[in-house]
Amino acid sequence: MQPGDLIASDLGARAAAPGDLDQAWQVLGRVMDPEVPVVSVVELGIVRALAWDAGHLHVVVTPTYSGCPATEVIEADIRQALEDAGFRAPQLERQLHPAWTTDWITSTGRERLLAYGIAPPLGSANKRSLLGDNGSVNCPQCGSAHTELLSQFGSTACKALYRCCDCREPFDYFKCI
Amino acid sequence: MQASMSCRPKWGICKMNQDLIQYLLRLGDSALIQGQRLCEWCGRAPALEEELALMNVGLDLVGQARNWLEYAAELANDGRDADHLAFRRDERAYRNLLLVEQPNGDFAVTVLKQFFYDAWHLAVLEGLTHSSDSRLQGIAAKAVKEVTYHLRRSSEWVERLGDGTEESHQRMLAAIPQLWRFTVELSDSDAVEQRLHAAGLIGDPQQIAAAWQQQVERTFDSATLPLPAPACHFYLSGRQGLHSEHLGLLLAEMQFLPRAYPDATW
Repeated sequence: MQPGDLIASDLGARAAAPGDLDQAWQVLGRVMDPEVPVVSVVELGIVRALAWDAGHLHVVVTPTYSGCPATEVIEADIRQALEDAGFRAPQLERQLHPAWTTDWITSTGRERLLAYGIAPPLGSANKRSLLGDNGSVNCPQCGSAHTELLSQFGSTACKALYRCCDCREPFDYFKCI
Repeated sequence: MQASMSCRPKWGICKMNQDLIQYLLRLGDSALIQGQRLCEWCGRAPALEEELALMNVGLDLVGQARNWLEYAAELANDGRDADHLAFRRDERAYRNLLLVEQPNGDFAVTVLKQFFYDAWHLAVLEGLTHSSDSRLQGIAAKAVKEVTYHLRRSSEWVERLGDGTEESHQRMLAAIPQLWRFTVELSDSDAVEQRLHAAGLIGDPQQIAAAWQQQVERTFDSATLPLPAPACHFYLSGRQGLHSEHLGLLLAEMQFLPRAYPDATW
């Protein structure tokens, strides 16, 4: 018996079985990013794969940025949510390769970012987009294309700070990387 | 001592591992020390937006340092982990570039230091994305995207300040001689790096030097800054652990807590 086994049995949850991968994806679809609490770790593309391995759920996760301070929190949240749902002692593996890209953010994820007031990444990630050659960022409040960059970094490494020149609202842009 | 004895049967492979560990320390230590210097701006940057940017660049670098040092610790396999390498090694065991340990000075010095480092860092990482070692390749492929962005920001700042007001231009002119001699390490290499390159593990040191030189020439040109003659070797060498007087003071602050309270946890 592994330490996490007891936690799951104490909760009285039904123990998950190897056929429950779909359920695991659903559980993780409700685990929100701590910095952007409207987008799930699945929609962000942080959860790369799920599999059963020797009676435990094996979860492959990838960090967004090398220094993202939320990496440990996200992993703890994933573990907690799975244990609460009856997945005993899930095994988490952190994988760096292939490197996370904003291209993995789902279309639902992008819509939610926009509704939350964060402009989603424009186009697909490549060297040109990293160098800022990716067209105009529209204001998530009024939709205007008349915006300007205030700073290449916003409240977190994954965002840049913009201002709308029409409605004057400052806003975050989720950088294309 | 034990490690070298256990390696005897496969001396060639072991030697390559020792080279790789040295190189990982160089990458990790440079990123860590540059990140730590950036953290010194916390609460003191000229504007809020700049503070956020400096801290975020620092955070990227500390994260990258952790990836390199974790790999170094695994290869060395001597019971030390990445935290131990960061917080329990003395100055002479650090292998970072002399450039990154230099004090922040004013904003011009900070910007120029970041630019020199970013231009070198990007060329190094681009070489590593073609490494025959999948772990090196994976860490570099992630970092190269972050550092492309760092270089974009720092080169724009060099242009803005160099080709800005009379005051900002003068500040940049004053910053160049403070940092220039340390750039000698950005365009040379040693036997360790040459062996690693020959084995397909890292990029070509000559190409890295050329890429650095071109980037600096280009940016200095658009920043209306004069390019000094290439820097010459002098008696210090970050690669060999022979540091300027500034690293010891930086480490004293950075390492105080884990040394004063060993095994402290959150």
